[in-house]
Amino acid sequence: MTVAPAAGRRTARKFVVRVLFVLAMVVVGFFFALPLAWLVTQPFDATPTMTVSWPDWTLENFSVLAENPYALRSIGNSLVLGLGTIAVVVTLGSLAAYALSRVRVPGRDGLLYALLLLSSVVTGTAAMVPLFQLMVATGLINTQTGVVLALSGGVLPTVIFILKDFMDSIPKSYEESARLYGARPGQILRHVVVPIARPGLAFVAVWALVQVWGNFLLPYILLRSPEAQPAAVIMYTFYTESGQADLSLISAFSLVFSVPVILMYFLVNRRYGFRFHGGIKS
Amino acid sequence: MSLATASTQPPRGRRRPRPADVAGLGRAGAGVFMAPALALIGLFLIFPALWTIYLGMTDYRLTGLAAADPQFVGLDNYTAVLGDAGFWRSLRLTLVFVLLSGVVGQTLLGFSVAWGLRRLRPWAKSVVETLVLAAWVVPTSVGAFLWLALLDRRDGTLNRILDTPGTAWLIEYPMASIVIFNIWVGTAFSMLLFSSALGAVPPSQLESARMAGASTWQQLRDVVLPNIRGHILTNTLLITLWTFNTFTPYLLTAGGPSGRSEILPVYIYRTAIPGGQLGVGAAISLLMLLINLVIALGYMRLGRERRRR
Repeated sequence: MTVAPAAGRRTARKFVVRVLFVLAMVVVGFFFALPLAWLVTQPFDATPTMTVSWPDWTLENFSVLAENPYALRSIGNSLVLGLGTIAVVVTLGSLAAYALSRVRVPGRDGLLYALLLLSSVVTGTAAMVPLFQLMVATGLINTQTGVVLALSGGVLPTVIFILKDFMDSIPKSYEESARLYGARPGQILRHVVVPIARPGLAFVAVWALVQVWGNFLLPYILLRSPEAQPAAVIMYTFYTESGQADLSLISAFSLVFSVPVILMYFLVNRRYGFRFHGGIKS
Repeated sequence: MSLATASTQPPRGRRRPRPADVAGLGRAGAGVFMAPALALIGLFLIFPALWTIYLGMTDYRLTGLAAADPQFVGLDNYTAVLGDAGFWRSLRLTLVFVLLSGVVGQTLLGFSVAWGLRRLRPWAKSVVETLVLAAWVVPTSVGAFLWLALLDRRDGTLNRILDTPGTAWLIEYPMASIVIFNIWVGTAFSMLLFSSALGAVPPSQLESARMAGASTWQQLRDVVLPNIRGHILTNTLLITLWTFNTFTPYLLTAGGPSGRSEILPVYIYRTAIPGGQLGVGAAISLLMLLINLVIALGYMRLGRERRRR
């Protein structure tokens, strides 16, 4: 007799907790979804406004985008910056990570941590004045090469850190046999290690792309002519410099600018997973 | 694999690790492999950091006489900056921003979401996960515009929902706006990190805690937290540094109105580039680097003490 009400109370309490929990998760989901809702509705609306509303379906906004001289070129510029940085970072990063993973270089861990720390400290804003000057002095100001090199320098420490962890987990027996057949270190890296490390390289490439694709400050400072600006900066000028913001243009541009990187991210995430490796546990 | 190694290698003590240098690189080869990356890092990461020290002691300007021939002014920039009320206000705003949006907001929300996800059905889990991740992956200038639209004074969605027409959120509550915006942008990282950390907590420990009648709160405190302490520290360190150095709030409020959301990165930018005072900007940058370094060393010491205990 006394057990039943207690058990009933316990299940009732469990039920209330579950409801509250689901409610909290819905609120969290809503918080993240609310700003994003604009991005998926307004590009398709005949008269886009700041308010999220069920769209009056049309693709008219995308033809406005196609006619704008800066919009498409800026996406091209973003691609140049992104692919350039990926090329530099993946090549130099895998060389360095492989050496660090296979050879006991004195002070290796200290070096890695110091670089990682420095990169998260310096890439932000603290170094913008010297970087600006360095680019002026070397004549790289207002060039895509300058931005690619500066971005690569900032991203490389993290890339090396992640890749080294990946390469540490690759069994060494393949390399041993390749070496038995007389392969040189460069060949071993290219023909044996790189194919096995492909998930790591893919993850690093996408991670670097996401960093570069959205990077606003470096191109904003280092590139002066609007023809050379990537989409991240053009997007900003679209909503600040014109008196009345052209929402048809902005909405379509936001979507076109966001979709590639979102797709790539989720594709790679699904295929290879987002993993944290031993090294980051401190 | 163990068979193969046993047959090709001479027997040896079982605790001894296999030779690391399987590719026959040698120290010299390793140096050659590392040189290009280190050169790039040295030129674009370490050199600017060191150059900041020199620059901060000159009156270098973007334009005019001092641009052609900068003079050495010693510590003048530093005394000027430290005597400037604007700097101290900016530093205070930055600390509030880092504490609320980084340490409290992103870490707590990220952990709660990671913890909550484990109790959701797979479809609900992937919906929530996708939303949080999408906010992170969307390019920052798009994310910033999404918030400008949400908070717009005339027909922003928030004013529609709350039925508060004409409320200019970015002008009336600039700090709260950028704090919440930054939580929205950055929570995904903590969520991912804590998801993988929680996955590594031994289920048997949680099971026995549950058998012993521990409440959720007790399980969290006595089983989960001790297991993921290292992750919490790494996460908080990275989040603190990233939040401290982020420039993104500039896209939302540009530091305004009248400097009420002018966190340090924005303050440096406004001093150095539009303001033209590169020397003073570099001096503030160096102060910021030092603060960052102190924070990082503090966390690392904390980590070392924890491990020793």
